[in-house]
Amino acid sequence: MNSLILSAATRFLAPLMLAYSLFILLRGHNEPGGGFIGGLVAATAFALYAKAEDTGAVRRAMRIAPELLSMLGLGAAVMAGVWGWWEGDAFLESVWPFLVVEDGKKEGLPVGSALLFDVGVYMVVVGAVTALFLALEDDASRSPDDEDADQSGER
Amino acid sequence: MAEAESPAGRAAGVRRLVPALLSALAAWWFFGFVPAVHGGETVFFVWDWAPQLGVSFAFAIDGLGLVFALLVTGIGALVLLYAAEYFRTHPQRDRLLVLLVLFELSMLGLVLADDALTLFLFWEGTTVTSFLLIGFDHEKAEARAKAVQALIVTGLGGVALLAGLLLAGQQTGTYRLSELGDYALTLRNGGMYQGVFWLVILGCFTKSAQIPFHYWLPNAMAAPTPVSAYLHSATMVKAGVYLLARLSPALSGTDLWMWTLTLTGAATMVLSSIWAMRQSDLKLGLAYTTVMGLGALTMMLGAGGEGAILAFCVFLIVHALYKASLFLVIGILDKKAGTREADGLSGLGRDMPLTWLVALLAGASMAGLPPFFGFIGKEAIYEGALHGDAPAALVAVAALLANAMMIAIAGAVALTPFTGEFKAKKAAPTDAHLFMWAGPAALALLGLGFGLAPGAAELLVAPMAASVAGEAMDVHLHLFGGVNLPLALSVVTFALGYVLWRRLPRTRESLALLEAGGARQGFRLLRGDRALRPDARPLGDFERSYDVFLRVLTGLSRETTALLQSGYLPRYLRVTMATMAGMTAAGLWVGGGWPSIEMGEAPGLMLLVVALIAVASLTLLMTARRLLLITSLGVVGAGVALIFALYGAIDVAITQLMVETLVVVIIAVALLKLPRIALARTAAAQRARLWNGAIGAAVGVAVTGALMAVMDGEIDRSLTDYFEKASATIAFGRNIVNVILVDFRALDTMGEIAVVAIAGLSALALLAARVRPMKDAEK
Repeated sequence: MNSLILSAATRFLAPLMLAYSLFILLRGHNEPGGGFIGGLVAATAFALYAKAEDTGAVRRAMRIAPELLSMLGLGAAVMAGVWGWWEGDAFLESVWPFLVVEDGKKEGLPVGSALLFDVGVYMVVVGAVTALFLALEDDASRSPDDEDADQSGER
Repeated sequence: MAEAESPAGRAAGVRRLVPALLSALAAWWFFGFVPAVHGGETVFFVWDWAPQLGVSFAFAIDGLGLVFALLVTGIGALVLLYAAEYFRTHPQRDRLLVLLVLFELSMLGLVLADDALTLFLFWEGTTVTSFLLIGFDHEKAEARAKAVQALIVTGLGGVALLAGLLLAGQQTGTYRLSELGDYALTLRNGGMYQGVFWLVILGCFTKSAQIPFHYWLPNAMAAPTPVSAYLHSATMVKAGVYLLARLSPALSGTDLWMWTLTLTGAATMVLSSIWAMRQSDLKLGLAYTTVMGLGALTMMLGAGGEGAILAFCVFLIVHALYKASLFLVIGILDKKAGTREADGLSGLGRDMPLTWLVALLAGASMAGLPPFFGFIGKEAIYEGALHGDAPAALVAVAALLANAMMIAIAGAVALTPFTGEFKAKKAAPTDAHLFMWAGPAALALLGLGFGLAPGAAELLVAPMAASVAGEAMDVHLHLFGGVNLPLALSVVTFALGYVLWRRLPRTRESLALLEAGGARQGFRLLRGDRALRPDARPLGDFERSYDVFLRVLTGLSRETTALLQSGYLPRYLRVTMATMAGMTAAGLWVGGGWPSIEMGEAPGLMLLVVALIAVASLTLLMTARRLLLITSLGVVGAGVALIFALYGAIDVAITQLMVETLVVVIIAVALLKLPRIALARTAAAQRARLWNGAIGAAVGVAVTGALMAVMDGEIDRSLTDYFEKASATIAFGRNIVNVILVDFRALDTMGEIAVVAIAGLSALALLAARVRPMKDAEK
């Protein structure tokens, strides 16, 4: 798509959306949000970027293949599970290494395996949705000759 | 070992004997249990498997199990030794030996299992390994086809068996076979007896090749001869009669049991004897006599009474000994003389004296000549027939006919090839290697030994009969029981058998002609008319049922696949949605119809949103323009998100909004690829939209009803209460939804993200495959 307005706006919007998606991911444990929603927001940001520029720009900006990102996310989630298994007694039991609870009051940093798991969810959603979108977009914007061949074959 | 030229060759030469050695050791180990088991003891080995379900990994060595274990390991050792030599230079020798050992283990587990599910596990093990063994020459299309046939027939029986065993377990509350006999009355009066009986019978009859499922066994002769000797004489095919015997204390004693087993057994016995006479291939003839033996065993179990049970036990051992021996002899003939055809073999006695001796010993036992063990077996059958619950005349006549024909076949195998003028395919036939005649010789000698010293056989037969009868039995075996009716029957049998043997070549020819010409041709033939029609079908062609079954099955799956997997996305969606509506409606109907609950007052804003969704949905149905379609779809989604937000489910609302946004963007991209004319205003398109609308409305109504029913019912709030209480204190999060997602029910989430990741990958793969769009898309 060749729109100056969209292109210019996206330069500001996409990074903001990405930052916001991280914010949503992190606040998720206490406020509305979480990995799934955050991931969707980030995927929307990449979709916007792809519409404003092209898919190559998105791939370059991501630096890592989206499908690989989703696989890494799945791996992170599994690691969170194994971590819980290792430290506690069950797969996916949550572990809080920086948190001490005294008299019902918690002290320290509430960061643990649950967060790693949520980050994994975030990566899977971003990766899978973006991969799908980019592939569709690539497919739709193939060279017009191919397009014509397809269309004529169909009618 | 002649092949052992190099150290590696010698190692390989020794290695081929390892399976036989291990099997012999196992047989020796089992032999050690004979005194204890004879004393009435049962040795159990039990490990927990799924104790919550009452399922255990249980084994029991009792009389029945021990005899079978000895047969399996003992004959196994001899067959493995034979096979090591028979296949010495075969490139896939080790594969065969490994398969045979695997089969042996499955069979051993089967006969020793004391738990219904353990038994089933090993039962299936024998099915699978025998499939691999029958299809050992997998480069031959015929071997493959026969292997598949055996797999399908016995596999289907296996499924029925599992269902029957589970039913029996449910009814009685135990899966231990040794305890099942104590619940015989519960089972019989429990209302499930018919179901258990027929399912178990189906499993046993398919496995043990009873009419009308017998055809797979002669077909399984596509397997190499040592395999046939092991599987199709002594072990696998006996699994069915084994299980009948094992369940006899629990299931027998009814008219249903008596008539089904007696009639099926008798029919199988007589018909298969006739088929056996017709075969010119000696191995195939023996295969049919195995079917006859299995029929006799089934008939004896059905006839009931102490005599019949005793006959079952004795004849089972008799049959295993002579049949395995004769199969192995045929293998030697095939290998050394070059053919198994009855017409192509005669006068080999001078060149193959040892083979002849073994054949004579085993054949005499098969014919039931005194003083061989076979004679005792035959007498026991007549004795059991005369004093059983079933009509004595029927059982005795069937046994007499079949036994006489057995004599003819025994003669054809043990006498005809070795006497008369020399005829063979290979010029200079010789006796086989020690490893090859040791097995059949040992088995044949055992048949003689048990006949001369029946007391030794009693050691095994007495506890075995006790297991089958479910109570201790007084067992006395003797060679000569005085001048009585069984002895008279034996004499008649010998006379009839001798005549049949003398006339065997001519009988075979007329049977073959009968087969080639059908029944009417056969009669015309008897009148001397030799003109035969070519369009003949085999005699008693039960295999047809298998062919028809396969044809119906494949046809049915083709039809259903064509109906459901049309390759056309809108149809998939319609089928899925209609099914969902139907199932939900059915659930509502079963659950008591449309729920009646008090609906609260809805706020005005909500009504507005609902109206918006309704208008957008109607637009969806009526429009033919793509852009409008996508937009109205988005409006519906946004409206639903608004409802979520209004009710405080803010997480769900955000997710819904984000998903709607992305879906609209993605569909917009996809639409660019679609043909422009797909939504034309034709009558067909109108009709399709009407259908879509109807299905959509049905789903909506059904789901609404289901949701109302849920609200109507008692909702167990204990989980909700726990989550509300524990979310902040244990999981340190105030957003319960997220805490549930990443902590309490994280395993579910892990499954879901795995689905998301896989869906993404699949979409990539689909796009990469670049399938051309279908030309006949709905216009």
